[in-house]
Amino acid sequence: MSPAETGPPQYVITAENLTKRYGDVVAVDGISFSVPAGEAFGLLGPNGAGKSTTMKMIGGVSQRTSGSLSIMGLDPDQNGPEVRAHLGVVPQQDNLDEELKVRDNLLVYGRYFGLPMSYLKPKADELLEFAQLTDKAKSKVDALSGGMKRRLTIARSLINEPRILLLDEPTTGLDPQARHILWDRLFRLKEQGVTLILTTHYMDEAEQLCDRLIVVDKGRIMAEGSPASLIREYSTREVLELRFGSERNATIGAELKGIGERLETLPDRVLIYAHDGEAALEEVSARGLRPVTSLVRRSSLEDVFLRLTGRSLVE
Amino acid sequence: MSAVTTSHSATEAARNRKFGPLYSRNVRAVIARGLMATKSSNWMVMLSGFFEPVLYLIAMGVGLGPIVGSVQGPGGAEISYAAYIAPALLAVSAMNGAVYDSTWNVFFKMNFAKLYQGMLYTSLGPLDVAMGEIFLALLRGLMYATGFTAVMGVMGLIATPWAVLMIPAAVLIAFGFASFGMGITSFMKTFQQMDWINFVMLPMFLFSATFYPLSVYPQYIQWFIQAMPLWHGVELLRQISVGAFTPATAVHIGYYLVMIACGLLLTTGRLRRLFLK
Repeated sequence: MSPAETGPPQYVITAENLTKRYGDVVAVDGISFSVPAGEAFGLLGPNGAGKSTTMKMIGGVSQRTSGSLSIMGLDPDQNGPEVRAHLGVVPQQDNLDEELKVRDNLLVYGRYFGLPMSYLKPKADELLEFAQLTDKAKSKVDALSGGMKRRLTIARSLINEPRILLLDEPTTGLDPQARHILWDRLFRLKEQGVTLILTTHYMDEAEQLCDRLIVVDKGRIMAEGSPASLIREYSTREVLELRFGSERNATIGAELKGIGERLETLPDRVLIYAHDGEAALEEVSARGLRPVTSLVRRSSLEDVFLRLTGRSLVE
Repeated sequence: MSAVTTSHSATEAARNRKFGPLYSRNVRAVIARGLMATKSSNWMVMLSGFFEPVLYLIAMGVGLGPIVGSVQGPGGAEISYAAYIAPALLAVSAMNGAVYDSTWNVFFKMNFAKLYQGMLYTSLGPLDVAMGEIFLALLRGLMYATGFTAVMGVMGLIATPWAVLMIPAAVLIAFGFASFGMGITSFMKTFQQMDWINFVMLPMFLFSATFYPLSVYPQYIQWFIQAMPLWHGVELLRQISVGAFTPATAVHIGYYLVMIACGLLLTTGRLRRLFLK
């Protein structure tokens, strides 16, 4: 399906004032967003921000407290089984069926959707190929590495040819090689028109994969946009990182005033947000300051994220 | 076939269907999964469940039996001690199998294997999962009951064709315990709490007129035991084993029918609360 049709975009997910309370705790506090078909949409936020709860409500396995939610035109609270027929879900923790072999995991999961074996058998082989697990078809799930299990979980989530794929921290705990393989697979799905809904802690992952994302904190949307537009809006083009040694970092701030657009003092370094990092560094030298190390880098989504959600540890 | 908005009929169908978000009429898939998993791993556990009552029958019936001599059966006729305890042991094995399947097994799948979480992210609803698991527990109960009845036959403890009816009756007993067990397990959060199940089961096994008649107890203890499910199962199977039926037979069966109905209500309510919270 091509999302490039003219006219207003067709939204596969529409949430308005979506709210979830557990007793007195407000996990999701009136968030609204829409996702057009074929988009890769990210939910970013610290632990406990309400990302996973939002995912659960989309899948109809957690009922919202108030607000409205429509998945492919259906209400997941009323039509759980029908909504999930269009969804693929990759949960935060692998929940593969350890009592079944690799290929059987796919077949049995397909049966849960009521799909016939005549469809499932070739589909399972195709997905094993896609997940690079063909030679593991008869292995036990136990015997797979972390990356293989993750790929199998993704393959499993595709057995019903979902229109929407929900990925809850898909690459947490994987080594760089495994992550890159996984990203490549997700790109291919996106090319096929599958809508991706993704939560992640990794900002590089969000920048790589997401067309558009929302930053969520304490159940509320803090910002919304494409990775590039968020960086433009909430950060500068470049960042100059300076280290003066931990004693001087705290006091040097006054001497750096006026350089760049914004200054942030951290225990181990000083960050200067500037359009031109090299120019800022020259000005630092011109003032006679000699940092131990200096680094000019492009602004990243991580800068945006930390600015919006704060640097203090979320427990 | 761009299905960005699914046709209205799906919404209508779900609204008209009972338990709309809870049930997708696909119990079959859950059962098929269970059979496939059993095929690959659970054989030893299954066998031990079968041998347990057989070992009791040999130890108590063959070992202790000659010392006890013959005892009075349900119809008033004298029967051997082994023939007296065999149907009771069958009731116990139906109970144990169903309780194991619907408590420990479900507890593990719910809290550790996260199997149900995976299932419930598909088209399956909680009711499909519950009915599938209960069916599997009953299938296992049926296999145990058939095997044990055969052992009774081989040991010469069956004197009437009525005894064949012990098999469906044992499944009825298993159904009663399985439907309740799953609902109760949904309250359990830790292994320590799971131990309470054994704490209830063991005395019920020992004291429900399994090895000697109820008449040895004072009246008020008799009433207490008669309120417990296993006693009804023991009595029901004992009556069937000699083909001596009384109005009490209907009471025993009725007890289990009510138990099944209440258990299913409890389990469905709990599943709704647990999985659609």
